[in-house]
Amino acid sequence: MNRAQQALYEMKQTDELAMMDSPVHRFSALSKLMVTVIYIVTVMSFSKYDFGGVFMMALYPYLVFQLSGLSFKLCMYRMRYVIPLVAFVGIFNPFIDRTVMFQARFLSVTGGMISFVTLMIKGILCLCAAFLLSGTAPVDEICGALRRLHVPSVFVTVFLLAYRYMSVLMEEVAVMSDAYHLRAPRQKGIAFETWGSFLGQLLLRSMDRAQELYAAMQLRGYDGEFRQTGNTKDRSVSFVWFVVWTAVFLILRFVPVASLIGNLFVRQL
Amino acid sequence: MIEVKNLTFAYEKEKPVLHDISFTVKDGERIGLIGANGAGKSTLMKVMLGLLDGEGSVIVEGIPVTQKTLAETRKKLGFVLQNSDNQMFMPKVYDDMAFGLLNYGMNKEETEKKIDEVLSSMHIEYLKDRYNHRISGGEKRMAAIATVLAMEPSALLMDEPTSALDPKNRRMIIQIINDLKQTCIITSHDLDMIMDTCSRVILIDEGRIIKDGPAVEILRDRKLLEAHGMELPLSLSRL
Repeated sequence: MNRAQQALYEMKQTDELAMMDSPVHRFSALSKLMVTVIYIVTVMSFSKYDFGGVFMMALYPYLVFQLSGLSFKLCMYRMRYVIPLVAFVGIFNPFIDRTVMFQARFLSVTGGMISFVTLMIKGILCLCAAFLLSGTAPVDEICGALRRLHVPSVFVTVFLLAYRYMSVLMEEVAVMSDAYHLRAPRQKGIAFETWGSFLGQLLLRSMDRAQELYAAMQLRGYDGEFRQTGNTKDRSVSFVWFVVWTAVFLILRFVPVASLIGNLFVRQL
Repeated sequence: MIEVKNLTFAYEKEKPVLHDISFTVKDGERIGLIGANGAGKSTLMKVMLGLLDGEGSVIVEGIPVTQKTLAETRKKLGFVLQNSDNQMFMPKVYDDMAFGLLNYGMNKEETEKKIDEVLSSMHIEYLKDRYNHRISGGEKRMAAIATVLAMEPSALLMDEPTSALDPKNRRMIIQIINDLKQTCIITSHDLDMIMDTCSRVILIDEGRIIKDGPAVEILRDRKLLEAHGMELPLSLSRL
């Protein structure tokens, strides 16, 4: 399987995950989308040194992974290319911020180290939340939820079409890449001098296919609005899901739960 | 009834792809549109569907195909694309079948009922909840036909419905076409399939109608077929 095929497989696998049946899958996409957005905003709002607070926010992905049956391992695997980017953003923190925050035996823990770890956890948690959303709600339902939030139709349609056409593009890359490597078996990638014609062909081929796909949509009455086929989810339970998690996030954000738990242990000791 | 009158189309002004094409298709008729590669068969279908703007007119059940009537005429004319991957763009067969129905204002309950009805009539109920990328080429072709049939078109236009299919799936598609009650216009190089499914054939070459007549007559005419880049159907060439 070449890389494009792998990427295509992962996209289609995400579609399949979103169609699974679990308590979380049964909630409406709107409530899951809102919870995810509030979660990400809450996680990002913690200060860069609030390691404990951010750590407590792992409660949400932990419980949703348990309830939805989605695999945390798969989530980590999907993030394999993004995590290094998150790490890169904070990698210089330990060198810039050298204020010693506390001493752990022989190791002086600096503000930079804490902010780096906090940033990493923030990044991973947000990516987990995004993965959980895409793995528990099909993309067309997410788009439907965006429309219910009055996001302009043009943005939602562009997003949905981009998602659909991405697979078309990937398919063409996969086919062209196979055809290339069959005639260039000793090359690892695509030779630099061939990039121009490869990309040109890719563009033309994917445009052709995209046009045909669009024609297929037009012929079945597509008028710029995607209508949903998903079953109407239990709105009251979905609302409870939204309210409960929003309350939990607010508590975790404004009450120092990590410190309280820590103090409890310290007193017992 | 479908009437095509003096249809001319050109991608570039100086090089028309279709020249003054005229023919009439009666209700329930099966027509095979044959011709060598590049003869203009697929372009003719696209112009008939209003996907390309040509000169002349196409009238479907008394309604001329124009920009204003596209929604109406496209509901009457179903189109099965040559590449089913392009026709099946939703994750599941069910979603794809529902796409057109919901666009034409059917509610979810009616949609579900209609989908079950069509799948059952084609004996492919098992495909309903299957993922498009997990079904075989033959199943995908059948599902693609089902997506179009669900919209209850009065006529079906099929572009190479048996291309790239194994013999078993090819036979199944032929069976499905023969069971259809709708008017059918089928383009194909599979002349044996055309012979099995169509009573009338239109031979096109370089964008012009060369001959329009009974399938048996045209498909047995070796000279005519060879003069226009085609060969006798395999079943006849053995005789």
